[in-house]
Amino acid sequence: MVDFGFGLSKSSAVRLDQVDLSLYRKLEVLEPGVRTCMSCGSCSATCTAGPWSGMSVRKVILNLQRGKDVSAMMQNCMLCGKCSMVCPRGINTRHLILSLCRIYGERK
Amino acid sequence: MIYQGKQKIWSEYQKEIPADGWFYVRSCIRQSFFPASEKYFLAVCRDLLGKDIYESEHHTTCGGIAYHCDTIPQETAMTIVARQFALMKEAGYKNLVTSCITSFGNYTEILETWREFPELEARIRENLWKATRREFDKPEYVAHASDLVYKFRGEIAEKAVNRLVDVETGRPLRIVEHIGCHYSKMFPHKGIGGAEYPYVLSGMVESWGGEVIDYPERRHCCGFGFRQYLVKANRGYSVSNTHKKFESMEPYHPDAIITNCPGCPYFLDRWQYVISEQTGKTYGSGGYGIPVLTYEELAGLVLGYDPWDLGLQMHQVAVEPLLDKMGVKYDPDAKYLGLNKKDILKPGLPSVLKCC
Repeated sequence: MVDFGFGLSKSSAVRLDQVDLSLYRKLEVLEPGVRTCMSCGSCSATCTAGPWSGMSVRKVILNLQRGKDVSAMMQNCMLCGKCSMVCPRGINTRHLILSLCRIYGERK
Repeated sequence: MIYQGKQKIWSEYQKEIPADGWFYVRSCIRQSFFPASEKYFLAVCRDLLGKDIYESEHHTTCGGIAYHCDTIPQETAMTIVARQFALMKEAGYKNLVTSCITSFGNYTEILETWREFPELEARIRENLWKATRREFDKPEYVAHASDLVYKFRGEIAEKAVNRLVDVETGRPLRIVEHIGCHYSKMFPHKGIGGAEYPYVLSGMVESWGGEVIDYPERRHCCGFGFRQYLVKANRGYSVSNTHKKFESMEPYHPDAIITNCPGCPYFLDRWQYVISEQTGKTYGSGGYGIPVLTYEELAGLVLGYDPWDLGLQMHQVAVEPLLDKMGVKYDPDAKYLGLNKKDILKPGLPSVLKCC
């Protein structure tokens, strides 16, 4: 193999037919409301922790749907519940976060 | 003719291309990358089809490569372009055809800028006069050379010696068409089919008997991106772009790739070697790569020109598998013979990519 001094970057492409959705499936059982999310971002816009920590419930759901790990982002949630008050679909986002914490707790 | 419905919508994606009376400007890099392409554009359009295409020995680069690398300001590129227009005026032509996609984008961008800011055009006229004592007229039509080959694709198909068909099985060859970003992503209405449905290369492939492959990353950049490649620290981005395209097209088993930009064929061709050395993977069958051709080279093959006269030995990826499928006659021993059959030595072989 030749060293060219540069190399391939890991692709950021998401192959939806190949991603691991086990976390999302478990969450669907515990909080079925997650299926009704339309990614409007109201939760992220109102999040107290968002501006300084990057916390975003919308991103959490989106990343789960893409099979990505969200445990780091979860640690930034303060469970204030403002996101559940603004959700136009009425998703219990606090329960969603707590359910995810439970799933992560079970994985340890 | 009054178009209605879908026909009307599609008519908005068309481009008016006069058949004759073109002033041809060459690319600054294509002649070293693919030395015979521009020669065979003139050989096909001017000599074979008898179109009026004029070339001046005094024209220079359009300055686009330096402009896109941020080494000259746009006013300098504009003055260079103004000089080309002056040469066109002196030669008595009103339509400009460019060999290079970035030149095409550069000319179009400059003409659009002048339309928006006439005072800038006046200043460039003054600059040109002070520098060269020349005056210019703006061209009536600006086209890329692939637009002309697209326009003449039917005439080329009538004279075709070889078709884009597997001679053994009769299957149409699966062709990936890749269009340079500066063709219609900057000014969509200036390209055939716009930015959404660029048809300039697909039209050629279909006319010559091939089948166009539609794959997920079809409109992705080839990876050249000027500074992505020219700055060594960024070359990982360049090769990763190309890798993404190859990974995406691989399941469709393309027989060849056709491009209309100077950078795209170069990088789609050369990066196959780099990817094979870095990952051990090749994308063609039997350890070969996927041959990458310019539209002039493909037109030349269809018209029956000798592949070594077309400069296909300058490609990194071996073109022989494609020639065999098309039934093109060639002498394998003459591949690396220079002018007057002079032996110019063979290049070294890669460790992974099969080359001959």
